[in-house]
Amino acid sequence: MQLTNRAKKLEKKPMTLAERAYLPAIFQGLSITMRHFFMKKATVRYPEEVRPFSPVFRGLHVLKRDEQGRERCTACGLCAVACPAEAITMVAGERKKGEEHLYREEKYAISYEVNMLRCIFCGLCEEACPKAAVYLQPDKIAPPRYERDEFIYGKDRLVEPVSPDARSVRGIQLTPEQADSLRNKLAQQPA
Amino acid sequence: MAKITFDGVEVEVPDGTTILNAARQIGGSIVPPAMCYYTPLKGSGGKCRACLVRVAAGSAKDPRPMPKLVASCVTPVQDGMVVENTTSEQVLNVRKGIVEMLLINHPLDCPVCDQAGECDLQNFAFEHGVSTTRYQEERRTFEKIDIGPLIQLHMTRCILCYRCVYTANQITDNRVHGVLGRGDAAEIGTYIENIIDNDFSGNVIDVCPVGALTDKTFRFKQRVWFTKPVNAHRDCPKCSGNVVLWYKGKEVLRTTARKDQYGEVKEWICNECRFEKKETSDWTIEGPAHIDRSSVISANHYELPVLNQSVIADLPESTQRDLEKNPPLKLGS
Repeated sequence: MQLTNRAKKLEKKPMTLAERAYLPAIFQGLSITMRHFFMKKATVRYPEEVRPFSPVFRGLHVLKRDEQGRERCTACGLCAVACPAEAITMVAGERKKGEEHLYREEKYAISYEVNMLRCIFCGLCEEACPKAAVYLQPDKIAPPRYERDEFIYGKDRLVEPVSPDARSVRGIQLTPEQADSLRNKLAQQPA
Repeated sequence: MAKITFDGVEVEVPDGTTILNAARQIGGSIVPPAMCYYTPLKGSGGKCRACLVRVAAGSAKDPRPMPKLVASCVTPVQDGMVVENTTSEQVLNVRKGIVEMLLINHPLDCPVCDQAGECDLQNFAFEHGVSTTRYQEERRTFEKIDIGPLIQLHMTRCILCYRCVYTANQITDNRVHGVLGRGDAAEIGTYIENIIDNDFSGNVIDVCPVGALTDKTFRFKQRVWFTKPVNAHRDCPKCSGNVVLWYKGKEVLRTTARKDQYGEVKEWICNECRFEKKETSDWTIEGPAHIDRSSVISANHYELPVLNQSVIADLPESTQRDLEKNPPLKLGS
């Protein structure tokens, strides 16, 4: 049965002398292979060399502090309700007297967890945040880990460090430029 | 009986009905919003100006338009009246101004406020207001007043609708709180900080359109859109016992009275039902409470389907295990 008239009839022709000689075709193929030795490589040597990130890249989350080093997050739950993957959970608490330098509002997040296995890095949490607290860093990816529970990032790994040189054990570590800008910012603050 | 035309829809209502209630008989999106008017409370209304409408013709006898916009919640209908709400550009513009006015002293601390998600002012501003503010001056603040262990008063959020004052006046026998001061300095107070300890005092939480009066036992526990409302009742000697339980998992975080589509409580509940009965075993569960699809409370609510296991022969074993571990809510008898 023929459905279209575009079918092409092929005829098996006998091979020419050049084709039968075998070697010309081999050299032609090898020359293509050799040319690729000298072309620019498509891959990079990953751990030593890193591809540049796009400026709009959305990577690992960070919970920002304000100019005075207080946590901005008030546990309003808008990021969690905006999250299509339901990766964010939080527990809210009331700020006590004397904690004003730690938390910006009278309510704060006692715990804030992002499940990086669930997260699809869509950035909707960042968009929903009314306090400009949660950001997806443009230069950090969630690193691979051995255990599943290591992918649940708590506040210890999400909150921006107060001191520019501080590094949390497995979490946020500022790049030298970020540390410099934070150090400048802190220097401008009256003590 | 009086026949009026509201936004081009004719409706016949008994004499003495207010324009707002006539509009509610038509229903739908043409009903003017109301922030201070509350049907069960006598004398409420006429304060927030959210329900302003234009009367294009006063009555059949005198068809001149009314010179100013009128508050539809306190203006009675007259035969032959023609009212414009959503069809009038002027009304919509004025409503934007009303939102701005109500928000002048409102702290806009919705991320902190427990009322967020079920707040009349939030909905009103979202639907009718503009998304920016022109206000730059310092907002009004108050000294924090502790009015007892059950109710949290946030005076900064108050819009002075007087609903709680009428509630305390009309359903409890001795009112201990009211509005003190005048004009800009007016505030809800208990005067010499009397503790509200009436048996029905908790109802002021439900009538408050904003987060000025909230449940202290629910304070910062959970955002309302992460809780699941379930209708329930119990045999209560003091009140009707018909409530909504707000669940998070298997825990009852909060109990409120049932509200109708206009956010009005029809049956008051007592403090015992509201604050003390926080176990599922205290209640007979009737079923999930209806939440409007447009409400944020209905977001991300996936429920286990109520399955009749005997009907489905080849129920997967994993589902069976899930159902055993986490059985669907049993509907009340």
